[in-house]
Amino acid sequence: MRITCPNCGERDRREFYVKGAALARPDVGAGLDEWHDHLHLRDNPASETKELWYHEMGCGAWIEVCRNTVSHEVVSTRLASGAELGGKR
Amino acid sequence: MDDLIAMTPCDGLLPVTIGDVTLTEDLPVAMTSIAPYAGQDEALNAALKDAHGLDFPAINRSTVKADARAIWFGQGIALLQGPAAAIELAKFAALTDQSDGWAVVRLEGKGAADVLARLAPVDLRRQNFKQGHTVRTELAHMMASITRIGPDALQIMVFRSMARTLVHDLKTAMAGVAARG
Repeated sequence: MRITCPNCGERDRREFYVKGAALARPDVGAGLDEWHDHLHLRDNPASETKELWYHEMGCGAWIEVCRNTVSHEVVSTRLASGAELGGKR
Repeated sequence: MDDLIAMTPCDGLLPVTIGDVTLTEDLPVAMTSIAPYAGQDEALNAALKDAHGLDFPAINRSTVKADARAIWFGQGIALLQGPAAAIELAKFAALTDQSDGWAVVRLEGKGAADVLARLAPVDLRRQNFKQGHTVRTELAHMMASITRIGPDALQIMVFRSMARTLVHDLKTAMAGVAARG
């Protein structure tokens, strides 16, 4: 499996660590149900899914990876800082 | 106060030559990581040019001027090797002294890239990885920085605590390449 780091280029999977689904963080005033959803409830699609990966052995960037769970194809990648998941750089 | 004995990261381990490849230790006078603050990239670049005659390196590249080398060291970070970083740079970037934190070795010889092909999942052959090019990658499960500093010379850096492992793994790969002739 190869993942294209937006900084370093195409690299071997062993350089990366996967965190899990790429989710926008709930707002400060979000209720319990919304946080419960954010923390515990996940879809498990047999198709394209977005995940956060960390280029641990490389440049140290957090990357949003769009991956097809059926074909294992990596469809696209971009820096997590530009993926509008909340927070500011 | 006690007199402490300073030891280099690879003390007692190097130099080593196996086949046509030689592994030696490099000891830069100072190493400082430079991480420009948000929006200060251009100002930092100008200050770096004034102070050390170097451009801030592009991704996967390094820049050299006399004894100073700036290596791209990760997202938004470069490592200045050689002189201590000028204090003026602190206005535009976070400076962190890394001098004692990294083991720096030089792998030199015609088969140097063949040796690293056994340890790192990146194409480091000369046609792809030219002088001045650099990568952050994995080397035998260690976070490494690899830079081509000469036609057949590669600089390899890992955390100082892993110096012995680095030398062991490089020697094993060097012996493997030499045995194949």
